[in-house]
Amino acid sequence: MPVSKLVGTKVKRREDPRLVQGLSHYVDDLRMADVMHAAILRSPHAHARINGINTDAARALSGVVTVLTGADIGDSVGSVPCAAANPTLRTPPHPVLAQDEVRYVGEPVAVAVAGDSYTARDALDLIEVDYEPLPAVSDLEKALQPGSPLVHSQWDSNQAFTFECGTGDMDKARAEADVIVKQKFIHQRLAPIPVETRGVVARYFPGEDELTVWSSTQIPHLLRAMLALMLNFPEHRIRIIAPEVGGGFGCKLNVYREEGLLAHLAMKLKGTVKWIEGRRENMQATIHGRGQVGTVEAAVKKDGTILGVTYDSLLDTGAYHQLLTPGMPPLTGLMISGSYKIPTLKFTSTGGFTNKVATDAYRGAGRPEATLVIERTLDLIARELDMDPVELRRKNFAQPSDFPLQVATGLAYDSGNYQAALDRALEMVGYQDLRAEQQRLREQGRYLGIGFSTYVEICAMGPSAALPAGGWESGTVRMDFTGKATVLTGVSPHGQGEETTFAQIVSDDLGVPIEDVAVLHGDTAVVPNGIGTFGSRGISVGGTAVYMATQQVREKAEAIAANVLECSTDDLEFEDGKFTVKGVPDKGITIQEVALQAHVATKLPAGMEPGLQATSVFEPSNFTFPFGTHICVVEVDTQSGEIEIKKYVAVDDCGKVINPMIVDGQVQGGIAQGLGQALLEEVVYDEDGQLVTGSLMDYAVARAEDLPQLEFDRTETPSPVNPMGVKGVGEAGTIGSTPSIVNAVVDALAPFGVKHIDLPLKPEKIWRLCQGGNK
Amino acid sequence: MSNTTTIQVRVNGVSRTEEVQPRLLLVHYLRDVLGLTGTHIGCETSLCGACTVMVDGAAVKSCTLLAVQTDGCEVETIESLATDDGLHPIQEAFWDCHGLQCGFCTPGMIMATRQLLQENPSPSEEEIRHGLEGNICRCTGYKHIVDAVKQAAEQMKAGT
Repeated sequence: MPVSKLVGTKVKRREDPRLVQGLSHYVDDLRMADVMHAAILRSPHAHARINGINTDAARALSGVVTVLTGADIGDSVGSVPCAAANPTLRTPPHPVLAQDEVRYVGEPVAVAVAGDSYTARDALDLIEVDYEPLPAVSDLEKALQPGSPLVHSQWDSNQAFTFECGTGDMDKARAEADVIVKQKFIHQRLAPIPVETRGVVARYFPGEDELTVWSSTQIPHLLRAMLALMLNFPEHRIRIIAPEVGGGFGCKLNVYREEGLLAHLAMKLKGTVKWIEGRRENMQATIHGRGQVGTVEAAVKKDGTILGVTYDSLLDTGAYHQLLTPGMPPLTGLMISGSYKIPTLKFTSTGGFTNKVATDAYRGAGRPEATLVIERTLDLIARELDMDPVELRRKNFAQPSDFPLQVATGLAYDSGNYQAALDRALEMVGYQDLRAEQQRLREQGRYLGIGFSTYVEICAMGPSAALPAGGWESGTVRMDFTGKATVLTGVSPHGQGEETTFAQIVSDDLGVPIEDVAVLHGDTAVVPNGIGTFGSRGISVGGTAVYMATQQVREKAEAIAANVLECSTDDLEFEDGKFTVKGVPDKGITIQEVALQAHVATKLPAGMEPGLQATSVFEPSNFTFPFGTHICVVEVDTQSGEIEIKKYVAVDDCGKVINPMIVDGQVQGGIAQGLGQALLEEVVYDEDGQLVTGSLMDYAVARAEDLPQLEFDRTETPSPVNPMGVKGVGEAGTIGSTPSIVNAVVDALAPFGVKHIDLPLKPEKIWRLCQGGNK
Repeated sequence: MSNTTTIQVRVNGVSRTEEVQPRLLLVHYLRDVLGLTGTHIGCETSLCGACTVMVDGAAVKSCTLLAVQTDGCEVETIESLATDDGLHPIQEAFWDCHGLQCGFCTPGMIMATRQLLQENPSPSEEEIRHGLEGNICRCTGYKHIVDAVKQAAEQMKAGT
């Protein structure tokens, strides 16, 4: 009887037993002997000169091991790296502790190390810093105007970089258009808020001259390379371990000051030093997402044909570049075409330094901005032309026969069937009835709104040519003496469940029970090389590498089996983990027996190396482009400004699905964050650069009651870019959801003349609009 | 800060007598003194619920309670739920329903669920969502957590 295949089925996660019992080990849970604790003093000023720091009293406190300032460290630790390639880029020095100036609230100024964490914090209270406040600039648009206070005085403006992409003649598009639609968009800063904050433990082994760093990171191998450069210490003597990681959402796709600082401290003190980020530190000093402002212009024919779109934008980079800060606008620009055929597209971005913490990749990373702009623009056009937004979308959709689809931004979308996802979602939501109900309710003074997002996103990051530090991924599959399989992957999961999905792939293709497959990750001493988990690349790039290594293992096993069975490989069949000679079912050998033979090594084909393992490094030929339709139905209470989501339908297409339960979870979690952006979340700095939303009291993360009932379905359009046809799903929900919610609320308020609302859609803002306020 | 005070606490059924600083937080007592690291710290301000434990049968946020305040109390942490016979029905349900992804909020979420089901063995969906409002999960979008609580409620009723 054939063994049931696991790929495509709901397999319960193998990660979960340890997690539900609290038996896993996140960085803060590691127990080590003689660990010292670090606490970091941070700037209370958005911009100030440091005239002096007195650490005497802190150093004298009983239990304090050392106190260091930027002056103490000098140039012994290099600058925090920025990996983005852009010839216009201005890259300011980014020291692990501020040297002479602080440029954002939360910037590290000094570090105290003590025998316990309470004493280390006590020491911070005893450090005296002589700050001389300097003019600060918080607002992005003001920062780029002449005469603004300068974040970095070595340059004559706050311009950090420029970027542009696109093709076509917009003047011609304008001339041919019947209608021009323009709209300004503000993409508010968001805080990623993994429930586990960042944390680092660094340990130096003086005898071996080796450094081990445990960090809550998404990119252990990249971190190792970057730390080697920062510390001027050989990469091969650094080991990075990402233990259990409690969420990342992009903010742990980075290299931070504290990683360099803790490594330096461990080496200097020849011991083990630990730092766990507090939530307030997390709000102040871990990257924020989004932070973009821009204006769209669309040139459209009366029949709804979109001739051209320009989007001119600014990025609030913050005071320093983090690893990929300048890499966010390109992801917006490249995806500005959405799922539509638009012959002319132009995107520009100017980065501006401000006295705030850096922005960088947060779930979606540049694509939510693109999707919000294009999906809102479609609705603005529909309103202008008095067309149904669904019909407008149908008119401009790329068709299945158009793929691979050359887009005016320069990308080639791999595969898609946008119409099918839209049709399914319309059917689920009962669209025609809804429009009638909307009309009926309006007559009663009730305001229902229907919003669409027919999004497409870019995943599977990605071809190395398009990324600053390699886009490949490695996978190793090994079978040992006793027939158990071990998988080593260069991706570094932190909730995505690859210990399960990768094992499903290997179990199916080698015919071994899933219990006999272990998936190891997140340790540079265990996994030979890798890039990490981000950009919805786990299954599509990392999973593909594992799939390809699995095929190589199977081919080698087949050759060994043929030799043992004294036949040709052409005479063999493989099913349920057993090679049998065709037509002679009694003559066979299991893959476990082959694994033993591979190690005993007495019956191998001539010249074959012993052992049964293979490593594949997969370099994707293109990105993948998942897509879908999200439809949101809201009712707005015009008396209170409150928004009730009455119905939410999501039809997503992430290509082939390995584990539908995990895909559902990714989409649901993604929607919660997209909904957060639409309705709740906003990092607020005041004019002087003080962080107003410095705790979870002030920064509203979605709670269970904030989420509506969600209805889901999927279409499945395989990607031709990889052998399994998978696309990736980690960011789809976040990218797809926000515009549908905003479009629904704007639709609901159409009778009030409302055409656009900036995010988040807080009740006060909505109430004012209903009272005839600024539209 | 050498002044200490003696507390007696029963933690997961074991009586403990400990000299602690008066300022020591319960969560640090559990994690750093007793080594029970299943209780996590997510915000230090009682807002995220990752540190939820039971004190004398009531769910509390251990990041804003002092250890000395639990002198003479019974404290239960996530480590107390599973037995040699297997996982607790709530743990089992979270596993079955994919009620967790990164797992960091999970111990707190499970302890909050435990209290919710103690007080209301048959909660409606609305009551579940309201009952878990003190706990943030940034990964799941809560749907699978709600499914898990429903399943756990069914199982626990069947088991009693």
